[in-house]
Amino acid sequence: MLKEFTKGIFKRNPVFILLLGLCPTLAVSISVENAIGMGVASTFVLVFSNVIVSLIRSLVPKKIRIPCFIVVIATFVTLVELFLEAYLPGLNKSLGLFVPLIVVNCIILGRAEAFASRNPVLLSLSDGLGMGVGFTGALVLLGAIREVLGANALFGFELVPGFRPAMIMILPPGAFLTIGLLLGLFALIRARREARGAE
Amino acid sequence: MIGELFIIFIGVVLVNNFVLVRFLGLCPYIGVSRDLKSAAGMGVAVIFVMTMASAATWVIYHYLLASGPHNIWFRLFGDGIDPSAFNFSYLRTIAFILVIAALVQLVEMVITKSSPALYRALGIYLPLITTNCAVLGVTVLNVDSFFPGGEAVPGSFLKCLIQGFGAGVGFTLALILMASIRERLELADVPPALRGAPIAFMIGALMSMAFLGFTGLI
Repeated sequence: MLKEFTKGIFKRNPVFILLLGLCPTLAVSISVENAIGMGVASTFVLVFSNVIVSLIRSLVPKKIRIPCFIVVIATFVTLVELFLEAYLPGLNKSLGLFVPLIVVNCIILGRAEAFASRNPVLLSLSDGLGMGVGFTGALVLLGAIREVLGANALFGFELVPGFRPAMIMILPPGAFLTIGLLLGLFALIRARREARGAE
Repeated sequence: MIGELFIIFIGVVLVNNFVLVRFLGLCPYIGVSRDLKSAAGMGVAVIFVMTMASAATWVIYHYLLASGPHNIWFRLFGDGIDPSAFNFSYLRTIAFILVIAALVQLVEMVITKSSPALYRALGIYLPLITTNCAVLGVTVLNVDSFFPGGEAVPGSFLKCLIQGFGAGVGFTLALILMASIRERLELADVPPALRGAPIAFMIGALMSMAFLGFTGLI
């Protein structure tokens, strides 16, 4: 069970290795705060939809399984939407369009289809939790890099007084550039490790 | 009115391009942009689905979900009840995603019948339009921009249609630009670690910078 949890964080990280869920990753990683909010919301949906899908997996006819999974996911997303609207209106506003769009985050449907519909409840739960933590980690890493370089701040606090940050990093191009360089870095590390293994 | 529609169209194609400025539909942007032909096919499919989805979700939101004198439930059962009791807009996400899923199925059936070659080229990406965030994104954006406070602005149906169509055109524009750049990139000497997705994202960064130049156009 622990293995299902940790694989989502490093070996099969949804963002950096599987290249899933890129849209919310790039869009909300303007600051660490947004990144954590989005990560927690997605993890909530991921865990609960995995559990429910795993529970109903033998009841759902194979042909209509995808629409069924989508309805399950959409239900939890609606819960998150209403919760954010009521208790965290500031975060809700800065995440904006991407709160309802958790529904189409490919990580969630991907895990429901590839894992939860074939495995028992507890395994699915730990898989969902691991993937969620991996997704949140990737978001926070990206958010931290962009916030430090683009706004000279972390969690909204100024870092170096008087330093003028590179605005471009919190604009859309900065997101593309950061994820491109990070992916390249991870590919480099993997290639090095494989080369060492081959020796 | 024509001017307003034109501004919506330019705004969604260039100024707030769905892929490069709003970050919607990145999965196909990276996944289907390896050659020009499948990029064009995917683009046409997305334009079609987005326009249809905008029309369908407008009807559903206006008549079934939003409260007001148009609401069908209010007309049927609303005798002597306050119309605001018939506000089902919280069902927006579930209703919209189901409509889109059904539409995609329809497009898939049409393409399978009419052009098997195109179907083979698009491969797994056609069913993935369902989870293409750009399609759900444009329908939610339509509601956010043309139903402020749950009340439809004048001409909202046409505006939704134009915004849906324009979003598809913007997506296709970005996808085709990307595909033609990547076709040339095949011959370029890219460092091994950056091959594939990383270099695609960096090109995306440059294109996005170029599209930022349209800010202030409208």
